[in-house]
Amino acid sequence: MSRAKSPFSPAAVLRGALVPMLVVALWQGLSMSGLINPVVLPSPVAVVERWWAYLLPPDPYDPAQGSWFLWALSGEMLFDAWSSLYRVVLGFAVGAGLALPLGLAMGGKPRIYALMDPLLQILRPIPPIAYIPLAILWFGLGNAPAVFLIAIGAFFPVLMNTIAGVRHVDGIYLRAARNLGVGRTTMFIRVILPAATPYILAGARIGIGTAFIVVIVSEMIAVNSGLGFRILEAREFMWSDKIIAGMFTIGLLGLAIDIGMNRLNNHLLRWHRGLEN
Amino acid sequence: MTPMLKTIADGQPAAWTGAGTAPVQISVRGVEKSFTAGAQPIVALKDIDLDIRKGEFVCLLGPSGCGKSTLLNAVAGFQPPTRGTVNVDGRLITEPGPDRGMVFQEYALFPWMTVAQNVAFGLEIKTMPKAEIAERVEWLLGKLHLQDFRNRYPKDLSGGMRQRVAIARVLALDSPILLMDEPFGALDALTRRTLQDELLRIWEEVGKTILFVTHSIEESIYLADRIIVMTYRPGTIKRDVQVEMPRPRDASAPEFNRLKRELSQMVMEEQQRFSQDEIRSVTAD
Ligand SMILES: Nc1ncnc2c1ncn2[C@@H]1O[C@H](COP(=O)(O)OP(=O)(O)O)[C@@H](O)[C@H]1O
Ligand SMILES: [Mg+2]
Repeated sequence: MSRAKSPFSPAAVLRGALVPMLVVALWQGLSMSGLINPVVLPSPVAVVERWWAYLLPPDPYDPAQGSWFLWALSGEMLFDAWSSLYRVVLGFAVGAGLALPLGLAMGGKPRIYALMDPLLQILRPIPPIAYIPLAILWFGLGNAPAVFLIAIGAFFPVLMNTIAGVRHVDGIYLRAARNLGVGRTTMFIRVILPAATPYILAGARIGIGTAFIVVIVSEMIAVNSGLGFRILEAREFMWSDKIIAGMFTIGLLGLAIDIGMNRLNNHLLRWHRGLEN
Repeated sequence: MTPMLKTIADGQPAAWTGAGTAPVQISVRGVEKSFTAGAQPIVALKDIDLDIRKGEFVCLLGPSGCGKSTLLNAVAGFQPPTRGTVNVDGRLITEPGPDRGMVFQEYALFPWMTVAQNVAFGLEIKTMPKAEIAERVEWLLGKLHLQDFRNRYPKDLSGGMRQRVAIARVLALDSPILLMDEPFGALDALTRRTLQDELLRIWEEVGKTILFVTHSIEESIYLADRIIVMTYRPGTIKRDVQVEMPRPRDASAPEFNRLKRELSQMVMEEQQRFSQDEIRSVTAD
């Protein structure tokens, strides 16, 4: 992104807001016309009101109950968002934590690759969602099956990219390192791993995206908290405004995760030549 | 530093030609290297016998494809020869090592390390104490005028700066031998001359044995004690020319130009065979 054209100049903001505003206006017009049952399509105003109520703490502030800060965070939405984020992070950490060393080994050692590849090729096309029955059978309900599913979702993208990253390490770095007297272990940790980080981080980004999809699905099945649970719960009460408010929250959390990943990416790859923005 | 290198360093830097009496350090015997590419094998090197003395600055000169890199890689230990041996200080070379520091044309800096980290890396491998590493890195950064760039990443450096870092990185190893494969080939003429002068200054100061690959006739005359002209396919040694001119050498001096004409003649002959070969390979397709 060039610095000359700031994305926050008045003209740019106006242009960016144009289509969303049109859509909202159309939506508001539709619901005000009375043609559509508000249970099917609530008005945008109702959605915003619901979203606000979802965000705010349920009870008024009572100093006797403790700190103001904790009270401000006691709203249902923040608790749900936190629950979902916690599962994503935990599941991703487990999946990527297993995929990274395995990917390094498979990328670096053809023998390990030959050993592991057939099994992984069979498992890889199975969507994480297809593990749901098994996950519940093995882990019951609660966080455990959700984390298991998310870990599977994050595992394969990180694994495949780590293998590719190790294989694409430019031979010139290996030669330079050998010339400096670098041994096998150091070669892996200080040369191959950093050289493969652009690939690994690209895989991590796909992995966390998958993890975010899986967390919403698994919350609709295995647990009773989180954003996925909340929109399904709202459906039972026919609260369509809350469903849509919840969906927006899911979108916002996804965006926040993506921005966080982007920041991490830019920091870890600050040395990398082909980096945009 | 070994006493031998000390002697060289303390000698008369500008006109030092004492390598003629120094002991042999690199000994190449009957080296042949062939590559199997397609139907018929390519004989990149054949019957190479070469002795390089301690402290000598030797250039390998020849047109592209004549096997200069292949010979350098055999000495570096990256590619073992098909036949024959390379010995360094009487030890048979079978693998690369920090006793033969290599500078690559592509710089080969680690892009994820800063300038200072790149220079320090080889010393960390040697498990040198931290304080000593810091001191040595500082000294080298100063020597190659890199102090202001210590925290930059290679992507933010010019080609000349990158090659300075690469040189500092191998100098950090304090290896008695420097192997350089067209290190200045990608640089503009001015940067190139500056780095050539700096290399000569460092060589005279610390007294390394340098094996330097180039396809530039002028560069070889400017730098070397001795120029090895190679033939094209198979790569053999065509001529072994001693350069006696005192340094710094003047590229407009009559002696310089006489040698330049002589070497041009030899290189052109090989270049022609290279061109014919290329035409043949194109028409054969
Ligand atoms: N790995 C390889 N496989 C096949 N042929 C090679 C390989 N490396 C070098 N050659 C061939 O060997 C010859 C010498 O190559 P090289 O040493 O790189 O030449 P120079 O450095 O003098 O340009 C060339 O003809 C090249 O095509
Ligand atoms: Mg070459």
